[in-house]
Amino acid sequence: MIVAQSTLAREPEVTIDRAGGAMTIRLAGPWTAPHAQRVEALVDEIAAEADAFPVALDLSGVERLDTLGAWTLNRTRHELSAKGQVDFANASPEQKILLDEAAYRDFQGEPKPRHSRAVDFLVDVGQSVAGAGRDMVGGVGFLGELISALIRVVVHPRRFRGTAVINQLEQIAYRGVPIIVLISFLVGCIVSQQGIFQLVKFGATPFVIDLIGILVLRELGVLLTSIMVAGRSGSAFTAEIGSMKMREEIDALRVMGLDPIEVLIVPRIMALVIGLPLLTFIASIAALVGGGLTTWVYGDISPDIFLNRLRAAVSLNTFLVGIIKAPFMALVIGIIATLEGLAVEGSAESLGRHVTSSVVKAIFMVIVLDGLFAMFFAAINY
Amino acid sequence: MLERRPSDSLKNRDVIIRARDVEVGFGERTILKGLDLDVYRGEILGFVGGSGQGKSVLTRAILGLVPKRAGTIEVLGQNLDELSPEERRQLERHWGVLFQQGALFSALTVKQNIQVPMREYLHLSDRLLDELAMLKIEMVGLNPDAADKLPSELSGGMIKRAALARALALDPEIVFLDEPTSGLDPIGAGEFDDLIATLQRTLGLTVFMVTHDLDSLYSVCDRIAALGEGKILAEGPIEVMLESDHPWLRSYFHGKRARAVMAGGA
Repeated sequence: MIVAQSTLAREPEVTIDRAGGAMTIRLAGPWTAPHAQRVEALVDEIAAEADAFPVALDLSGVERLDTLGAWTLNRTRHELSAKGQVDFANASPEQKILLDEAAYRDFQGEPKPRHSRAVDFLVDVGQSVAGAGRDMVGGVGFLGELISALIRVVVHPRRFRGTAVINQLEQIAYRGVPIIVLISFLVGCIVSQQGIFQLVKFGATPFVIDLIGILVLRELGVLLTSIMVAGRSGSAFTAEIGSMKMREEIDALRVMGLDPIEVLIVPRIMALVIGLPLLTFIASIAALVGGGLTTWVYGDISPDIFLNRLRAAVSLNTFLVGIIKAPFMALVIGIIATLEGLAVEGSAESLGRHVTSSVVKAIFMVIVLDGLFAMFFAAINY
Repeated sequence: MLERRPSDSLKNRDVIIRARDVEVGFGERTILKGLDLDVYRGEILGFVGGSGQGKSVLTRAILGLVPKRAGTIEVLGQNLDELSPEERRQLERHWGVLFQQGALFSALTVKQNIQVPMREYLHLSDRLLDELAMLKIEMVGLNPDAADKLPSELSGGMIKRAALARALALDPEIVFLDEPTSGLDPIGAGEFDDLIATLQRTLGLTVFMVTHDLDSLYSVCDRIAALGEGKILAEGPIEVMLESDHPWLRSYFHGKRARAVMAGGA
């Protein structure tokens, strides 16, 4: 059973020699990992063929042996040991060392106790419920820690980290301006264009200004900004805090007597609470400009008329409804982002998972909160 | 072509890594210039040099992780610049790398880490895959319990061992070790040196070891190459190093710490 010469090297081979009561199995070729499939097939063949003991495994023809070859031979030898004796013959000194090193041993723990699917499912459900409960308790606890840290900062203004807050403000607000302005501007254009197309059928084109003004100031400005900030800054918080936690930087702060919440989280959340209303204002203006341009182009309403009509349509409370919501949105985004960041464990995968869930949870909560505010303002007729 | 020889028979000096006139730099800075180095089959080469002199850079250049500006590097007789991607892949299964921090995949257990290269390159049955991974785990001296642990649950020494097991997963011919004993206690470092020597003997490995550990240099290295000023200052067995007149080598091998190691009877 000579195998054709392959391009790289010869294949492993086995020749079985029955002489008298004994049996000699001659091995040849490379018994190495690249030929794993063939090696596995051959050792199965040896196990099946061996019927006359003692069996000698003659290694004189083996040109290369590695741990895979040595292990499979040792394993076969062990499996056959119940039937009779199997010995290695003509192994070179190096091969002997390797065969000893890869001697057969039983790797325990293979037969794991397998539960039924139903039990696994119930265990899963139970663990998630317990996990959700822990999350909730953790969240409330964290809110408490945050508030107490804020109070400490207010009581001891020296501990207030102004530079950190300014730095975070730059990251969150200043650097976020271009993208938020652009998106709000475009959404303003789109809403007003669609508004014109629908209202023109009733001859009520000028009412598009009321539509834009109220919609943007009450809802769109703050909602778009919050979603953008959750995606831009919430994810960044989670990643920063998560990777700091992975690399023990948070522990390093703690052992220096610094409170990580005070040092890392308070400045970020303060910057969010200050930055988000500012961004909301800018976003609203950008959306109004977009709406104004579109009404000019599509609806033939000049900017003068647009501004006049806008002044009549909106009042201070329209603007306030939007801006009041912003700090609450900021708080929600900040708390979710930091909680997710602190939940990161050792692995890169865990970091990715928590960043994703930080953004998803923050956007979800922002929209839920906006709905609650809408109901609240409707109830108080504001 | 791939015969194994124990380390002490270096008579037929078969060069396994040949670097010629290698130049590596980043931006304005040139780190290696005109560097020549030979690594012989079956030896343990200790690679020393001051911090920031480019020990890791050379290792990474050989591995193809940083581009070089000039020169040639041949591994197993093949010029790395002339290989097609497929040939390169074939070559890469002949070396294993132990990174300084282990670089275990954090989302996988130790066993899965070891199986990553096996799955990629070998066609093994699941049973053999598990058995081989467990065998490697035992060979590097880890407890079988460690197999199902995540890297974040391991101590520094265990991470090094697990990373070595992964480097050995494909039974490579060359193993690159980047500061294998850094961060280990002296006993652990000594054990790790012994482990490398044992594996080198049993598996016929060629070991390229970047190290700062004088104990390792004395106890396991067949030959030492010292890097400085962008090239190899001296190479040879420890005796050659001790006789060198180069100021850096003198202070390295005759400093207070070196004397302590020598006095310790290495």
